[in-house]
Amino acid sequence: MTRVRAAVPTLVALALALAVGVALLLVVGAPPLETFRLLVEGSFGSASKISATLLAWSPLLLASAGLVVTFAAGLWNIGVEGQVIMGGIAATWVARTVPGPGWVLIPLMVLAGAVGGLLWAVFAGVLKTHGNVHEIFGGLGLDFVAAGLATYLVIGPWKRAGVASTSGTDIFRPEAWMPEFQAFGVGWPVIPVILGLLSVLVVWMLLRGTLFGLRLKAVGSNPYSSFLLGIPTNRYMLGAFAIGGALAGIAGTVQVAAFHHKLVPAISGGYGFLGILVVLLAGFSAVWIAPIALFFVGISVGSTQLDLQLGLDSAFGGVLQGIIVLFVMFGGAWSVRRASGRLTPQEEP
Amino acid sequence: MALEIRDIHKRFGPVRASDGVTFTVEEGSLHGILGENGAGKSTLMKILSGFYEADSGEVVLDGEVLHLRSPADAIDAGIGMLHQDPLVFLPFTVLDNFALGSPGSMRLDRKAAEAELMRVSGELGFEFDPERLVRDLTVGERQQLSITRLLWLGARVLIFDEPTTGISASQRIQLFDTLRTLAAGGMIVLFVSHKLEEVEALCDSVTVIRRGKVVYEAEMPVASETLVEKMFGNVFVEEERTTVPLGDAMLRVEAATLSEGTTRIEGLDLGIARSEVVGLAGLEGSGQRTLLRACAGLIQPESGSLSVDGIELTRASYREHLAAGVHYLPAGRLEEGLVQGISIAEHLVLASDDTAFFVDWKAADARAGEEIDEYSIKGLPSSAAEELSGGNQQRLLLAMIPDEVKLLLLEHPTRGLDVESAAFVWTRLLERRNHGTATVFASADLDELLNYSDRIIVFFAGSVFAIRTAAEIDGEELGYLIGGKVRA
Repeated sequence: MTRVRAAVPTLVALALALAVGVALLLVVGAPPLETFRLLVEGSFGSASKISATLLAWSPLLLASAGLVVTFAAGLWNIGVEGQVIMGGIAATWVARTVPGPGWVLIPLMVLAGAVGGLLWAVFAGVLKTHGNVHEIFGGLGLDFVAAGLATYLVIGPWKRAGVASTSGTDIFRPEAWMPEFQAFGVGWPVIPVILGLLSVLVVWMLLRGTLFGLRLKAVGSNPYSSFLLGIPTNRYMLGAFAIGGALAGIAGTVQVAAFHHKLVPAISGGYGFLGILVVLLAGFSAVWIAPIALFFVGISVGSTQLDLQLGLDSAFGGVLQGIIVLFVMFGGAWSVRRASGRLTPQEEP
Repeated sequence: MALEIRDIHKRFGPVRASDGVTFTVEEGSLHGILGENGAGKSTLMKILSGFYEADSGEVVLDGEVLHLRSPADAIDAGIGMLHQDPLVFLPFTVLDNFALGSPGSMRLDRKAAEAELMRVSGELGFEFDPERLVRDLTVGERQQLSITRLLWLGARVLIFDEPTTGISASQRIQLFDTLRTLAAGGMIVLFVSHKLEEVEALCDSVTVIRRGKVVYEAEMPVASETLVEKMFGNVFVEEERTTVPLGDAMLRVEAATLSEGTTRIEGLDLGIARSEVVGLAGLEGSGQRTLLRACAGLIQPESGSLSVDGIELTRASYREHLAAGVHYLPAGRLEEGLVQGISIAEHLVLASDDTAFFVDWKAADARAGEEIDEYSIKGLPSSAAEELSGGNQQRLLLAMIPDEVKLLLLEHPTRGLDVESAAFVWTRLLERRNHGTATVFASADLDELLNYSDRIIVFFAGSVFAIRTAAEIDGEELGYLIGGKVRA
């Protein structure tokens, strides 16, 4: 009963978000029902569309799972974008320089991506713990540096033979492509999906069943009490950055090895920021990440159809995602206010 | 013009911070508000200055009932408050601080504001460089700036909350002169303090508050004994004081200089023996916390040395102190001791020295059940820390203390607890003492200090004022010492 009641503000918020979405569509003169039908069809309407949606789902799962860890430690890890990019760059470097068959190359690229993302995240972490730079500013700054580095590599040292173009590096040799599983006439991104789901499962177990996870939550909720309890708080914050960064970096590997098959400047696909929305909507817990992330990539992938069929800008998908998060967070804040209104004030006299 | 306070009530949960306060202050008087820590002085002043809304009662100024819902309302009505730490914006200049919150339009007329600053401060005999950063001013100068600003905003009543904390002797003389000038000019000045000497030296009349009630009102001068008795009530020592023979030195502090904020303890020599209980007395912020935090390794001594059971810890980190058997229990149970959102069972896992990677939650719950029984905690293993009452939070913190502790440092171990919980806490602490733990605790409760301490260290104005054997002094003498006076 209490569970049902706790879900009420979220359901009300979703309904309100939908209503605002419909209102927006009416204002721009688009038929709402047709729009939502196209959204669903564009993401789940055929085998190839479902495959594309799952391929987009995987990096979002990885980035979101990493964010759950850093949020547990009380950190606003805004630098996921940069960490995804650095993972993609590291994986690309392996693909370009290491010879050998796919079964050597692919694990190496995953490892390299993890290391690239990890180092970038720990960089932001050290700036916070030792340089007193807030992780939001450090992470945001490093996002720009990573994006700049990717662009530089694409048009500079790793440019395509003869032409420098922001459309990307040369396509990787086939051994550096993540293998797909053929069925129903299309290739399925089995390895990325396994990596994504595994990351969610590992993070869930880490936070639920381990001493590391418990200490991390304590540091996130009250660093000072945790310090007095004898927990090395800085080390735990850096540990959270390392895990979050490694998972984001693997998302970068998925982007280069399974989706683009090359490095492009916009390699992160915006999953770093979208992951923040997913985790906010999931209430900072690993449990609901998978369905919410699927819902979000469904909107993203499906919205590309809107442009073609209705002449509606595909940015509508992003608008819808943003509205949902705003309303759900507002609903959450509202229910907290309502609950705390019943308590007596806890101020010290 | 008179300020009338009529039957003010204010509760915080179960605590009656103001419990029917009524008194009147006449125009042109310098009125002292006296009371020990937690007596309810600050709450009352915050109600007068609009920071809190009273649950019931009226504030009447010059015959008019005031409706104070915010500090802006209070200032509009002519009541201004100077806080212990003057509310100023450190990176701003003197002029910008002065002009902040000025009435009128959004447009800031710097020229006019500067002229006003010079005019009002000139009348008071203060000198300011308008372009100087407030960061570079002394606390005394920041007070002067705040006074100037409040007068310019039209204050007729000025409240000073412990204004002599952190200012030098000469600044204090200047401050007192200013206060006298203001009162002589027809203002109402409320001087809130727990320092007897200052109230005696300065005020025309005094109101003593204890446990949220006015217990005494008088025109000055009044005998010191009377004020001490009214402030602290009748203190009596229980008969059944228990002691155990003291052992060898456990804590040794030699020629230590400890400094934190405005507190500075110089050349402290202190030896505390195994099984000894030492109480730290004094008004809040007089240096007790600094000593405790230094012993815990949270601040390092500027000079001198510190060792526990022969282990040199002068330059050691907090975690090295923990490893050496030092345990610190801060005053903020939920802010510094426990973690919100984390359950009793989880707290006990965090506090244990078990380092297995995977937590055995079954065993953890079983252990939490045992501790809940042993420490009579009203809660379940899954209860979050913030769901527990203050007494149960303290019991949980006691359960989290490791078994082998050599030196236990406690801040206000029974503050806000009911009698039963307080007695329980001390039963547990004395058990540990009987096993050789040395205990140092800070408290504002004179009964507690006299009952449980072997020795009492009295702090005053940021330094050690006196050290006494607890059995040789009574509550009255302790009250004097806390007020910074030695009984003749």
